[in-house]
Amino acid sequence: MRVQNNETMRVQSSKSRIEKHHIEDLVGRSYMSFCVLLLIVSIVSMVYFVTSRGISTFAIDKVSISDFFFGTTWSPEGDHPSFGALPFIAGSFITTLLAALIASPLSICAALFMTEIVPGWGKKLLQPVIELLSGIPSVVYGFVGLSVIVPFLRNVFPGQGIGVAAGALVLSVMILPTITSVAVDALSTLPRNLKESSFALGATRWQTIARVIIPTTLPAIMTGVVLGMARAFGEALAVQMVIGNAPFIPTSLFESASTLTSVITLGMGNTTMGSPHNNALWSMALVLMLMTFLFVFVVRMLEKRRSI
Amino acid sequence: MKAKTADKIATFVIVTLALLIVAVLAGLLGYILFRGVSHISWDFLTSAPRKIRAGGGIGPQLFNSLFLLVLTLLITVPLGIGAGIYMAEYARPGRITGFIRLIVEVLSSFPSIVVGLFGLLLIVNIFGLGFSLVSGALALTVFNLPLMVRITEQAFRSVPSQQKEAGFALGLSKWKIVTTVLFPVALPAIITGTILSAGRVFGEAAALMFTAGMSSPRLDFGNWNPLSPSSPLNPFRPAETLAVHIWKINSEGLAPDAAEIAAGASAVLVITVLIFNLVARYFGRLIYRKLTASRRMN
Repeated sequence: MRVQNNETMRVQSSKSRIEKHHIEDLVGRSYMSFCVLLLIVSIVSMVYFVTSRGISTFAIDKVSISDFFFGTTWSPEGDHPSFGALPFIAGSFITTLLAALIASPLSICAALFMTEIVPGWGKKLLQPVIELLSGIPSVVYGFVGLSVIVPFLRNVFPGQGIGVAAGALVLSVMILPTITSVAVDALSTLPRNLKESSFALGATRWQTIARVIIPTTLPAIMTGVVLGMARAFGEALAVQMVIGNAPFIPTSLFESASTLTSVITLGMGNTTMGSPHNNALWSMALVLMLMTFLFVFVVRMLEKRRSI
Repeated sequence: MKAKTADKIATFVIVTLALLIVAVLAGLLGYILFRGVSHISWDFLTSAPRKIRAGGGIGPQLFNSLFLLVLTLLITVPLGIGAGIYMAEYARPGRITGFIRLIVEVLSSFPSIVVGLFGLLLIVNIFGLGFSLVSGALALTVFNLPLMVRITEQAFRSVPSQQKEAGFALGLSKWKIVTTVLFPVALPAIITGTILSAGRVFGEAAALMFTAGMSSPRLDFGNWNPLSPSSPLNPFRPAETLAVHIWKINSEGLAPDAAEIAAGASAVLVITVLIFNLVARYFGRLIYRKLTASRRMN
């Protein structure tokens, strides 16, 4: 009798344990699905809302697409409003490219320093430096740019100091960590035998770096450069603080200009939702978003090349 | 011997440029701390800002930043860990996983100002939450979630697979293995990553200007009723954070000591981020030691 009882209890308990397992898994799975779903919903709604507001400039306010992208006059509140966004698009591209041009050589040198020249203490020294640089908030970069770089440029070069050069300098420091950390990853995963065979052939370190290491890791380093450019293109406040915010295409490096992000930053708070001016700002946000897609696409292409 | 000369020159250039970066960081930190620290006092950290007269502080802004950080982490951490576990343990290679991975990548490279605009449109206007701490926290969630997912995924992937196999051999359910076997091992990496991401959230301004707002109501720090509009704990009040405040006084500050306030606030911001960095490092090392050597000794 007692034995039987025990038997049935064991059967029951094992049964309930199986059910408990199923319930546990179900709870876990539904929780995770919820999280992932939220991720998907957030990006889909972001793309939807930015796009639907962004195209209203063209759909509702009847601004022609070519006027928006190639028009050079920006006077959204005038009697004959005109929404030429070319100065801002040009400003964004110029500052981004300049920043990448300044930051890339520096970052590659830093990465080489950490992996090839003095792998031991070089890494110990520069790793925390890079991490700290990436941790400094962008408004602080803007503040330092405004109180150090701008006065310096004003004293040394013609102009007011604020302008494209100041923006590009601030951005280049900001994207340095991004490019460096990707380049370090790329350099340290390079197979040793490539380097060793180059040294065995009697090549100097520089010959090895210039003809073996850099060519092999170039797609990966370019990934870092593109990621850095994506960050520079989307950076708002630091650039806005030092670039001067004049709505013209700059003709010199020391001339005040604007970027897409700086115009949105300054304009969004002062316009009412749905007005043509506001819609034009949303169209610029749409341009920023499309550029993000482009940057991610390029990164993916580069990564594909890397894996072959 | 030409190759050797070229080698020497190249080495010199590389070392110089690498050291230049160190100098840039040293200069940056030195400048911020040198200019800012002298302005930091207990009064500066606790008193309210003044619009036109000198002598204003950053008390409400500092509180807002910290409170917003807590709110954001409360939302982001559970969500990020859930999605991260899915990516590390459950996702099978295929189209859907590839799509989710793409989403995480795109979301993490979105300009923060676009995230802020999205928050303005959806959270502030359509959801009707207005310029408030909650709106700011939700916008920062969008901004921080992909990073959290990545941190969790990497932490779970670095757990040795024997641990999981042992769990399966004991007949545990997969979710049980994830929560009781893998999670404790992955936790140090998750905590370290979270603290580092907290530094990023703490310094973020562009996503907050149009969601948490650029003003702070008069706060009564004796009133801890979360529903009262003057209470610091009320999550539905507008809240200007420290980073937004720095931007604002730099672009439209009227107080005669605006530059000093900006310097002091920047120093506070940088010091806080430095503390986050050091704590993350120390914590990671401490937990690592706990998990390896000390356990073997017992």
